Amino acid sequence: MRNLSTVSLQVMWNRLISVVEEQAQALIRTAFSTSVREAGDLSAGIYNKAGLMLAQAVTGTPGHVNAMADAVAHFIREIGRDDIHEGDIYITNDPWMGTGHLHDITVVTPSFYKGAHVGFFACTAHIVDIGGRGFGADANSVYEEGLYIPIMRFADRGRVDQAFVRLVRANVREPDQVVGDIFALATCNDVGHRRLTSMLEEFDLDNVEVVGDFVLENSRRATLERIAALEPGTAEGSMMSDGFATPIEIKVRLTIAKDEISVDFDGTSPVDPKGINSPLVYTKAYACFALKCAIAPDIPNNAASLEPFKISAPENTIVNALHPAPVALRHVIGHLIPDTVYGALDKLLPGTVPAEGAGPLCNFQVSLRPASEAARKAGAQRAEVLTFNCGGSGARPHLDGMNTTAFPSGVMTMPIEATEHTGPIIIWRKELRPDSGGAGARRGGLGQFMEIGAVDGHVFDISAMFDRVKYPPRGRRGGCDGSPTKIALDDGTKMAGKGRQFVPEGRKVMLALPGGAGYGPASERPRAEVLRDLALGYISSDTAKEIYGLTEPDAASVEAGLKHGELPASGEGRSAASTDK
Amino acid sequence: MSIISSARGYLGADIGGTFTDVVLEIEGQSFSTKVLTTYEAPEHAVLEGMHRVCAKARVTPHAICRIIHGTTLATNALIERRGAKTALITTEGFRDTIEMRTESRFEQYDLNLVLPEPLLPRNRRYTLRERIGANGKTLIPLARADVENLAEKIAEAGYESVAVGLIHSYLDPEHERMVRDVLLERIPGLSVSISSEVSPQMREYERFNTVVANAYVKPMMKRYLLKLAQKLAGEGADCPIFLMHSGGGIISLEGAAEFPVRLIESGPAGGAIYAAHFAARFGLERVLSFDMGGTTAKICLIKKQTPKTSRVFEVARSYRFKKGSGMPISIPVIDMVEIGAGGGSLAHVDAMRQIRVGPESAGSDPGPACYGQGGERPAVTDADLLLGKLDPENFAGGSMQLDMDAARQAIMTNVGERLGMDDETAAFGITEVVDENMANAARVHAVENGEDLSSYTMIAFGGAAPLHAGRLCEKLGIERVLVPPGAGVGSAIGFLRAPFSFEATRSVYMRLSRFDGGAVSTLLGELESEARSFVRSCDAQAPIGTEAKAYMRYVGQGWEIPIDVTDAEPAADRYRALFEAEYAKLFSRSVQGLDVEITVWAVNASTRKTTPAAAIPLGSLAPIEASTARHVYDSTLGYKVRAAIFAREQLKVGQLAEGPCVIIEDETTIIVPSHSAATCRSDGCIEIFKRDKVGAQPALALAVGA
Repeated sequence: MRNLSTVSLQVMWNRLISVVEEQAQALIRTAFSTSVREAGDLSAGIYNKAGLMLAQAVTGTPGHVNAMADAVAHFIREIGRDDIHEGDIYITNDPWMGTGHLHDITVVTPSFYKGAHVGFFACTAHIVDIGGRGFGADANSVYEEGLYIPIMRFADRGRVDQAFVRLVRANVREPDQVVGDIFALATCNDVGHRRLTSMLEEFDLDNVEVVGDFVLENSRRATLERIAALEPGTAEGSMMSDGFATPIEIKVRLTIAKDEISVDFDGTSPVDPKGINSPLVYTKAYACFALKCAIAPDIPNNAASLEPFKISAPENTIVNALHPAPVALRHVIGHLIPDTVYGALDKLLPGTVPAEGAGPLCNFQVSLRPASEAARKAGAQRAEVLTFNCGGSGARPHLDGMNTTAFPSGVMTMPIEATEHTGPIIIWRKELRPDSGGAGARRGGLGQFMEIGAVDGHVFDISAMFDRVKYPPRGRRGGCDGSPTKIALDDGTKMAGKGRQFVPEGRKVMLALPGGAGYGPASERPRAEVLRDLALGYISSDTAKEIYGLTEPDAASVEAGLKHGELPASGEGRSAASTDK
Repeated sequence: MSIISSARGYLGADIGGTFTDVVLEIEGQSFSTKVLTTYEAPEHAVLEGMHRVCAKARVTPHAICRIIHGTTLATNALIERRGAKTALITTEGFRDTIEMRTESRFEQYDLNLVLPEPLLPRNRRYTLRERIGANGKTLIPLARADVENLAEKIAEAGYESVAVGLIHSYLDPEHERMVRDVLLERIPGLSVSISSEVSPQMREYERFNTVVANAYVKPMMKRYLLKLAQKLAGEGADCPIFLMHSGGGIISLEGAAEFPVRLIESGPAGGAIYAAHFAARFGLERVLSFDMGGTTAKICLIKKQTPKTSRVFEVARSYRFKKGSGMPISIPVIDMVEIGAGGGSLAHVDAMRQIRVGPESAGSDPGPACYGQGGERPAVTDADLLLGKLDPENFAGGSMQLDMDAARQAIMTNVGERLGMDDETAAFGITEVVDENMANAARVHAVENGEDLSSYTMIAFGGAAPLHAGRLCEKLGIERVLVPPGAGVGSAIGFLRAPFSFEATRSVYMRLSRFDGGAVSTLLGELESEARSFVRSCDAQAPIGTEAKAYMRYVGQGWEIPIDVTDAEPAADRYRALFEAEYAKLFSRSVQGLDVEITVWAVNASTRKTTPAAAIPLGSLAPIEASTARHVYDSTLGYKVRAAIFAREQLKVGQLAEGPCVIIEDETTIIVPSHSAATCRSDGCIEIFKRDKVGAQPALALAVGA
């Protein structure tokens, strides 16, 4: 092997990251699943021959962070190192060896160069359907959640297993799209492989071992340097979730040591009977994501940069659910983990992490159908519509929280005009929810109001997946809580935060999605910002006066300015949108 | 001094961030100049430039018969938030659409992420009770009295401009029109923009944002354009003025004043047209245009001499040029990638001890360290200087002396010493990283378009492109580069090559399983006459050609691909075949058994492009000797080689300059790597090619190992 210069190695590292980004782009453009193309619920990575992850695409889903890093090792073990051949493609949706639920399919392709095995490409995507009860929390075990694909060959030396394809087609609701997605995953790995081949040719290399070692060594060193710079210590944090029928408590104990950070979930509630449980691999992903954001955001994900973060949880807790626990909606618990970790981290690294935010994505699925036989004859139709929506994020030590912006997930919402083309649904309202951001020196981000109805002649079921109904986001260092989730019919009928519920013809579902919590005491919020919040309608005049202590003349002057379309003079004013760090 | 008054000259003027470029073409000759942009009164630089080129050509402005203008003014107004006092009127329930964006973070790991502010704050966004459904039918009618009440508020608040964006208005514009009519009745002279005219496309966030952007810059742009026309006429250039638009065509002054949002990115569009023109001259079917200036590099694919277009792009990215950090504008636009890589891009070393370059730029003040204006951080230009690619005595035609020691110190302090590298290796590291960044952007762009760059020819222009083109081509596997004459004012020259064109688009949803051929014919007919009449208003005689596109995808997918349906029989089978062929080309295979849907229709009408005279093929090449040489770092070899130095005008048609060599001109420097050679084509283009590909003469013994 030639002695490669540092500059060449750096260029090659950049190239590996570009390779996995291209891999991910190919998937976004060919996938059928809404959550892949709109929400970026996918990931892609490259591995050396030993199965260590060298680079991973930055996509919309932190839930795949560690899961991807571990995945290939499972495949090598199950397939057998001696049985890996050129042209093979492997597949699984095992929640415990993949990414946490059956809806995520992981495809791994070994990469060969000049006849020699040089590494692997892997990618994961959330598919449209996997059979079973459909996407929701209602199953009692993973057996009810759909088709379970153990680690196996999808293609053997270039030949796709047609029996497997037939079996999948027979077990899912949208066979063309699901099989389309599986092929899209395989294509995505091919794109990566082709790019790797041209890179090896260009740099005149036989394999990725030298560049791989360079990547891992530098990443490990950089991560360890960051950890070494922190004050060692141990702290605890906890979080309450609505759960499905009974509340759930998540507990963490976080320890910063000289050369590692560990998070243990001892004391967390046991596995729930419904499908909101999280396999450990998914818990690890979100705990690790939270730590990386706070401590080493700029260091790319790979086997070495993730290694110093040790995550553990007792078996059969809701964060380490074992087979056959139901896990379809594991995101509800998973998305609360970063705020739980931050509760502990804030005690060790003050001024670093935000207050609690809305947390879990506020998703719901709507199943529409004709209200009557007459309506059906008049053209009413059946349709399934899935939407992604966000509450507010928590206030930061020096910045307000972000309005209606996902964290920790990175999803994007769909335009309502596009949603309304996918079925006879009408979104009557989707706008900011004033007063929902927790008050504080830094205000929490606002949640949103939504009103959901159907076109005349239709009724629907809404499959709710909301949390933060009983336990709103909590303020930090004197900041106030954000507003909780609210869900009801427009006639006032109460509805539950989770589960499938019927909505009669002509009724609308009224949703108020949570706001993020505040940071620091409200009394310390600069007056100019309170004036601005009032002028923008982020807060009501009652809140301005009662919580922030704005005087009556001040409030009146804001009103007067608004008549002329003007905001109060900004002065020392700061807001989430206009403030620098 | 002889004054030719009957001559027919064409003037191109491009107002850029730093310079205003002006080109005059008259009787087969071309005269160009660069004037510093005059922000407070941008027309001054245009007038100054016009007088300069007229003087060079020895004519008066009366000799100009047509002016084509492009400008970054609209873009800058959006970036710097210097637009009119503007209100948005929208559907009840959707007041915050432009603020809520896509509800996502464009940078996953930054806890202190700052989202860009919406163009209009919440207090300037008003709602009306009304609603159109997804099938185009009215769910809630709009009450005129409500609009009248709102018009009172708008009048009282003293808005100068109003944007109207209602849900599903692209299906039925009646409500938006009524709002406009009532507003104008109550407030004559108010500037009103409605989304169903500015951008009649589905997706409310993009459409609303586009109409808001249009309304926001409209009063200012209208004033500017009228003043410009007046002043030009006053100085004797009393001729029609047209504007370059982002889609690569030209529109009338009136059209531009009504839809100024279409002027965004008109400069880079001119660059792409310039490259397309040379592609036509050399009969090149596949061209990568590479425009690298001080702050950014722009890369565009040009197939069959036509730049690729798109329907939406992002302006004013606020976070390291990151996708999602700007605001979407949905208008027809030339599709290009722009990354923060230019001569002024700054280098540093990150936590992983990796060299990173850009997107932060040294700009023109203080500029790279070597400018000697106090810059202490190393820029790409500093690295180029240290590697011998630039001559410190001969930068910008000798008008500026570069400080080698300052460059060396900046590089050593910030990169070399931190990584234990000598100055040359550190400088190489910087150029290698910036070249790799550009190569990666080009590769991803090519993959997204299903293209393999190795069969492409690069056309390089902009001040920094010819320095980096050689290495970039090696990385991309491209074997031929053209550096056309006037590369420094490429965009302005491009304006003079652009056709009159207009793209009419409409969102009409249709599945192939329920394809309605009659409706499709009617729709395309309407779009065609809309587009044609727009172009006809610019040019009364020229023949007009049209092209129709349908944006299609499998039902369930989120990504449409444009399918050329010009002259296609309006039948489901035909459309399906066209779609599947294109899909298979992009993604290797089509998908069986799935329905296909069409979301958007577009018809582009344009006058014929001017067909340039074909370049004369190369005959046998005679190597020339250089009188001087210097040591230049060869990135492929990894050491400095002795490179001959030629002035551009020294290299005549049919002569061969063997690489490694340096070809210098006033506005840029061309680096010809080892194993390559350069020649001059009949039109003045410098062509660089891999030596072994042409079977040219054996290499001159210029290379010396370091």
